[in-house]
Amino acid sequence: MYKILTKKNIAPETFYMEIEAPKVAKSAKPGHFIMVKADEQAERIPLTVCDVDTKKGSVTIIFKAVGASTELLAGFDEGDSYLDFAGPLGNETELLSEDLEDLKTKKIMFIAGGIGAAPVHPQIKWLYENGIKPDVILGARSKDNLILLSEIEKMADNFYTVTDDGSYGRKALVTEVLEDLIVKEKKHYDLVITIGPLLMMKFVCLVTKKHDVKTIVSLNTLMVCGMGMCGACRATINNETKFTCVDGPEFDGHQVDFDEILNRQSIYKDEEKEKLYQFAHSEQEFKNRRK
Amino acid sequence: MLSLNRIPVREQNPDLRKHNFEEVCFGYNEEEAVKEAARCLNCKKPMCVSGCPVSIDIPRFIKHVKNSEFEKAAQVIAESSSLPGVCGRVCPQESQCEGKCILGKKGEAVAIGKLERFVADWSREHNIDLSKKSPFNGKTVAVIGSGPSGLSCAGDLAKMGYGVTVYEDLHEIGGVLVYGIPEFRLPKEKVVKPEIDNLKKLGVKIETNIIIGKTITVDDLFDKEGFSAIFIGSGAGSPRFMNITGENLNGVFSANEFLTRVNLMKAYKKEYDTPVHVGKKVAVIGGGNVAIDAARTAIRLGSEAFLVYRRSKDELPARAEEVHHAEEEGLNFRLLSNPIEIISDDKFWVKGLKCLKMELGEPDESGRRRPVPIKDSEFIIDVDSVIISIGTSPNPLITSSTKGLEKNSKGCIVTDGEDGRTSRKGIFAGGDAVTGAATVILAMSAGRKAAKAIDEYIQNN
Repeated sequence: MYKILTKKNIAPETFYMEIEAPKVAKSAKPGHFIMVKADEQAERIPLTVCDVDTKKGSVTIIFKAVGASTELLAGFDEGDSYLDFAGPLGNETELLSEDLEDLKTKKIMFIAGGIGAAPVHPQIKWLYENGIKPDVILGARSKDNLILLSEIEKMADNFYTVTDDGSYGRKALVTEVLEDLIVKEKKHYDLVITIGPLLMMKFVCLVTKKHDVKTIVSLNTLMVCGMGMCGACRATINNETKFTCVDGPEFDGHQVDFDEILNRQSIYKDEEKEKLYQFAHSEQEFKNRRK
Repeated sequence: MLSLNRIPVREQNPDLRKHNFEEVCFGYNEEEAVKEAARCLNCKKPMCVSGCPVSIDIPRFIKHVKNSEFEKAAQVIAESSSLPGVCGRVCPQESQCEGKCILGKKGEAVAIGKLERFVADWSREHNIDLSKKSPFNGKTVAVIGSGPSGLSCAGDLAKMGYGVTVYEDLHEIGGVLVYGIPEFRLPKEKVVKPEIDNLKKLGVKIETNIIIGKTITVDDLFDKEGFSAIFIGSGAGSPRFMNITGENLNGVFSANEFLTRVNLMKAYKKEYDTPVHVGKKVAVIGGGNVAIDAARTAIRLGSEAFLVYRRSKDELPARAEEVHHAEEEGLNFRLLSNPIEIISDDKFWVKGLKCLKMELGEPDESGRRRPVPIKDSEFIIDVDSVIISIGTSPNPLITSSTKGLEKNSKGCIVTDGEDGRTSRKGIFAGGDAVTGAATVILAMSAGRKAAKAIDEYIQNN
């Protein structure tokens, strides 16, 4: 059992959970993800490690309750426990294997959309702790949906925010800001790391490809096992089939077939709807499972 | 008078069972088992024992069954096997013990598998405690993977007095027994769990959700956890694909994914959350036990299933009994057919499977006749799902994170001889991680041999 030490509702339907998992905390690095299974009947859900506290032996995850299974996760309270919590999985971020002195000479840009701020956070934190301040563009639907704003802002060099409705920062898409920085302000970037909705990552990659800037994306495809035995997460990278769980989750964004992943996200659309309906119509049963 | 025919075993009616996940075979009752056991000739030189990978003393346990001494029969089997309920159900007996039975020359071999299953079920139902263990000898061994090889290695070591910890990366114990083999062939709560509980009674500790190579490394197991030796039984869980056009379309699944959703995640039960998608018509590509399992699972989920295999029926690697059961349940065979493309509709979903007709040519390295494509023989099977079941490879997580652990070009761990010694001192391996995908019983046998070698290694170090 993995106890929930802290639970915070940090944005609409968005939850911050600090989970007691000492073995995972000890070995998790930026870029890793975990598989969480709330209870006996629950699905295994992949979530990026957002932060770790090795002293407390805890791992922080942030997720949006948008489907039946994430709603179930969100229904658990401080002091409750999730049944299973396995990790760390996937490969640590490519940054960690680079020469630090070399990295210090490079200009790095992070672009995060919505909940994507959670997975970029540990990477930015790692750079910051090693004396590197990257530029960051943080985007969301509205002001309410901007998460980890102050945490990331203090570690960033140049910090840009955008919202779809203009309620905070510039009313624009992250790609417009990026395009302006590169074209109008003649800024040079050696590396762009972007995490967020698939469509956003796809369009960021189109911009960076045009300007020939190396771009890393982190793919959160459908998964069952998270450890290379089912192949549910497969994606086409540079015309080859890869498993995002063991070969990724980070890939060269210019080699990713985003349209295929977008299609594959809908495989269980009907089953997912049915489950949400079931949850909505058996609220008591659903509530009983939150322990 | 000796009967040449075995006592038939009762089974669930095919028309009924193709709509449920209950076990197909009911097994023998006491009376049937005693009668069948009486057919055994109790040979002076029992060939059946030499056909058993774990060398169960078959005539001795059968003699006890004949005399209605079921507890004694269970004790005989327990000397050699810790998973008799599993093996009695999933071993390919026809090519092992039963294949060597002298009665098989003139009539039907003694139903050794069904008798083993009877004894295992009887002893479980009567709560017979078979755990004979030695006092703790002060040494500890780590076992990586809780599948058949890991469990049998752990069981043997625990009986010798070692402190054994089994690490499993999934949330359930049992490896392929829980994620791969379906409920209707191997009941999880009724058979697998109690046999694993027997190991726990021997003092074996089991830790789930630990991914060796990620959560802790093999070197940590030695340096930080202080284990004297390590057994790697991590299986061959990585699914292979065919590299044909359309393999990543919606509606294409590896057999591992499909079976994991249904078996491990229990997607066939309404109260479980994990979804499973199977269309109205599904093509399962492959001819092994896993392919048959996937096809029969699809039938139970309401789909019309086609088994697409490039050779003929005689070459199907699946067990004859399973093929027979699948036929009874209405599986359609599309033999001598080789898939070349999965066809998409305009929404990126599977619309059909394009195949070439094949004919059998000269035997290849495997001794089976090689399938050769017939020119201009393309045809399309009209399906909306495809399940790919053409084999699995070992998962690279452990070999890639452990320095000095030699593996071959197929990713299998290289061992020296039969006892599972690897290129790293104190590390042993066995089962599918070494051989590539094989059977439950061969993995158990490898686990047992490694346990013996580990004991020798620790004694001499």
